[in-house]
Amino acid sequence: MEKHVRLTFGPESIKQPLVYQLGHQFKVVTSIRMADVDKSVGWVVLGLEGEADEVERALAWARSQGVRVDDATLGDVVEGGA
Amino acid sequence: MSFAKALRCRECGREYPLDPIFSCEFCFGPLEVSYDLDGIREAVSRDSIGRGPSTIWRYAPFLPCDVEYKVDLGTGYTPLLRADRLAKAIGLDTLWIKNDTVNPTWSFKDRVVSVAIARARQFGFEAIACASTGNLANSVAAHAAGAGMECFVFIPDDLEQGKVVGSGIYNPTVVKVRGSYDDVNRLCTELSMQYPWAFVNINVRPYYAEGSRTIGFEVAEQLGWRTPDHLVAPMASGSMYTKIWKAFQEFHKAGLIDDPKTRMSGAQAAGCSPITTAFEKGTLNFVPQKPNTIAKSLAIGNPADGYYALKQMQETNGGAEMVTDEEVVEGIKLLAETEGIWAETAGGVTIGCLKKMVASGFIRRDEETVAIISGGGLKTLEAVVDALEEQLHVDPKIESFEAAQRARRGALVGAKA
Repeated sequence: MEKHVRLTFGPESIKQPLVYQLGHQFKVVTSIRMADVDKSVGWVVLGLEGEADEVERALAWARSQGVRVDDATLGDVVEGGA
Repeated sequence: MSFAKALRCRECGREYPLDPIFSCEFCFGPLEVSYDLDGIREAVSRDSIGRGPSTIWRYAPFLPCDVEYKVDLGTGYTPLLRADRLAKAIGLDTLWIKNDTVNPTWSFKDRVVSVAIARARQFGFEAIACASTGNLANSVAAHAAGAGMECFVFIPDDLEQGKVVGSGIYNPTVVKVRGSYDDVNRLCTELSMQYPWAFVNINVRPYYAEGSRTIGFEVAEQLGWRTPDHLVAPMASGSMYTKIWKAFQEFHKAGLIDDPKTRMSGAQAAGCSPITTAFEKGTLNFVPQKPNTIAKSLAIGNPADGYYALKQMQETNGGAEMVTDEEVVEGIKLLAETEGIWAETAGGVTIGCLKKMVASGFIRRDEETVAIISGGGLKTLEAVVDALEEQLHVDPKIESFEAAQRARRGALVGAKA
């Protein structure tokens, strides 16, 4: 399967070589489609190809590193209740 | 007829046919409807629009669906009211309120849902769905009922029952999802890939979002075919805020108004302010937040259009502001007490932010300003119920009433002294 996610980095995680580590520690092929990164914050739209379980493990690890993981294009789809 | 001609990627510009898709296959950028504006220019005039119905459908050539598929509950062409008392209270010469509390389900969501449902019917979808805990769900359920379509509303299972009533009355299938807010997000995105349903803010999102442009069309027409100096709109995903500006530009390209110079500003609650926070830091990269505010209709922590909203602020020399929950309540009360319009919490956010931007000088006194009030106050009764003046409690006798009045006046004088 291929999953497309948006990774958002904060000041604590921005300097980690996270995309490299994802491809190294897990059996997933990473493909950067869009990115905008500066000194303290940034985001990367990433394609992840691999077995479904392995992709989920890779993303769970990314979350554990303090990176926010969201669907690549939609943002939040639940609209708040007023 | 509609003059929509293609979907275009907002990132890389690739074009796609008008299908139920929402992101670019190449770069995953969001897709947006583009129009044959030369064709519209030929076919449409101020007079032809003026002869149209008093709903959003007066702008049918600008909408991405054919009008025969519409479900018309009477949405749009809401009043643009001159707000002199509020203007005086906050220090503006000229202020207009775009009062979208008067739509069929009492919020601007009727605009986007009207367009989404029409396009969904045109695509041949027989069921419509959304993930929402409020305004969107109310509107989707109402329009689905009007169209006789099957309807699914997905909500987190810890939501208070009272919040479901505004949708439940139209008899959709309400699906309570065991899990967090993020779980509902993920489930609905996955369902939209597998089920032949129109998810209004997922697979028909490019069409849905276009409905917000009708606010911009109406403001320009109601001001006498021109745009204001400044406009303040509430921001959740940032979609409505960006689409109003798109509307002004399209009206100009269609030859209906002069080149718009409006400064576009956005309003958020401090408890969910990813766009305003990024604006204040001077970056286009917002950091998603976990919402914690009474302005729940604006509580989108990861706004899909946040980046585009921030770019628009730069382009139009606009800005962004945020207010605390206390200031939200003050904003609701100020609008109600000066203009007789009762807004839900998003309206309190807009008025609170407008007031701050005028006080700081960011909006100059002589800038003619329009504030967008996107939903009605009955939806968020609990936000203000404890903030109202104490009532007089009297015996059925004139002297009892007059004594209570005197006591109240004394208390007011005391309070002011």
